[in-house]
Amino acid sequence: MNGALPFIAAAALLALVLGFLARRGKDMTLEQWTVGGRGFGAIFVFLLLAGEIYTTFTFLGGSGYAYGKGAPAYYILAYGTLAYVLSYFMLPPIWRYAKENRLYSQSDFFVHKYDSPALGVLVAIVDIVALIPYLVLQFKGLGIIVDVAGYGAISPTLAIWIGAIIVAAYVMVSGVHGSAWTSVAKDSLILGIVIFLGIYLPYHYYGGLGSMFTAIEQAKPGFTTLPPHGESLWWFSSTVLLTALGFYMWPHTFGSIYTARSATVIRKNAIVLPLYQLILLFVFFVGFAATLQVPGLTGSNIDLALFKLSVKTFDPWFVGVIGATGVLTALVPGSMILMTAATLIANNLYRAVNPSANDEQISRLAKILVPLVALVAVFFTLKGGETIVALLLMGYSFVTQLFPALVLSLARRNVATREGAAAGIIAGVATVAAVSLTGVNFRTLSWLPIQIQDLNIGIVALAVNVVVLIVVSLTMRLVAAPTHAPAE
Amino acid sequence: MRSIRWLAIVPFLALLVGPFFVNRATPLILGLPFLLAWIVAWILITSLIMAVIYAADPANREDEP
Repeated sequence: MNGALPFIAAAALLALVLGFLARRGKDMTLEQWTVGGRGFGAIFVFLLLAGEIYTTFTFLGGSGYAYGKGAPAYYILAYGTLAYVLSYFMLPPIWRYAKENRLYSQSDFFVHKYDSPALGVLVAIVDIVALIPYLVLQFKGLGIIVDVAGYGAISPTLAIWIGAIIVAAYVMVSGVHGSAWTSVAKDSLILGIVIFLGIYLPYHYYGGLGSMFTAIEQAKPGFTTLPPHGESLWWFSSTVLLTALGFYMWPHTFGSIYTARSATVIRKNAIVLPLYQLILLFVFFVGFAATLQVPGLTGSNIDLALFKLSVKTFDPWFVGVIGATGVLTALVPGSMILMTAATLIANNLYRAVNPSANDEQISRLAKILVPLVALVAVFFTLKGGETIVALLLMGYSFVTQLFPALVLSLARRNVATREGAAAGIIAGVATVAAVSLTGVNFRTLSWLPIQIQDLNIGIVALAVNVVVLIVVSLTMRLVAAPTHAPAE
Repeated sequence: MRSIRWLAIVPFLALLVGPFFVNRATPLILGLPFLLAWIVAWILITSLIMAVIYAADPANREDEP
């Protein structure tokens, strides 16, 4: 037993209690469980959307990226901002359509817009394949945090099991209400802790922000600007654009739009969320402070930078408080992902096979699936390697492939047909998979100009996707002309 | 007033094209390397732009507040 553990345990307990209390006064139908009865106001929607931004990826990965690579980490600040600008225009029509048609999941949206349950199955599969690494990422982060902040008293494996059980329990009981309530605790803690660390550490070690960045530039020239090659300006712009487009394609983020009470709630959030992003700046400060103070972390260990520096600087009890915050950054997004994955399997895979199932049966099945999905994620967490950022990027590329078919479906006259949408998604996902598995990138094609070599390879997948979508859609329209009715 | 929506393009230009012109460490602005300060400044401006678009958007008066 050490000074840090009580705080970490308290965070886990708090999540469990809040998660259970959130159920009070609600009749847990599928609509309440998965989209909060479509009755959340600006604050809860804000917390859900913000809750998905401040995950272990930002807490550990963000500081780790700044620590290990410097300026390329800035991309995280930029893509969120652009995604929020897009959200102002893109999300209200999605929300309205979802409300009118009583949709529960992202996959439902495609089913209705393209009048094709088969397309829904395809989307659900892409979603689930992307969600599992995201959940694994949260569990992995949880293990790291409890291990380091608890001074090794609890093994990562035990921590992951405990975390998975807590999340699965409160998701089964309270669904999205549990996520919203635990978000309140998480966001207050993270706001306080990250801003404190981001201000205190640079002053403590360097006497201020300016002197910290000056010292870093002296020790590592060019560390606070983008390098001429590799993660260069071309890499930066292409990555920011791609991730901004993919941002709301994550099924759990997409699903939290459905919880909104009105479209205005969503538009208001587009004003506030860019500002809230700035918390990430303080996360970066921690990472930068660590570069010269706890040097030597490489590979996937860069994710430990924040905690290594904290352990070096603070008393165990305070490391415990930071650890407690970290635990919540894993549990809250974990709960959203878990609920979304279970809903997708029950509502979009099972219902496709058994269309006569009613909402009550789907609801019961979704809740039963929660612990099973958690179990699968725990299995991959304990088995897998890879660094946090690498895992996330692959999932990100997958869900980004849904963007073209989605955006086109919002137009008054959709040029894409269901066949085109499906073919585009399949081609895009196949490209991502091929690229990830073979390790090809533009840099291996040395005959290309240097600027193109640095582009994010995801651009190719998206381009393939769009081309296939258009060609197949036009072909289908020509074949079926002139009677073919456009998919809404 | 709908044309004010086109302001939303500005953050894209600032954050996707802008860095090509400001990829430098100095001068430090409020202690931040110049490129980082540029990004932070544009996050603040973006929020402002979205507030202007929101205020001018008739859709927000049709819905409940």
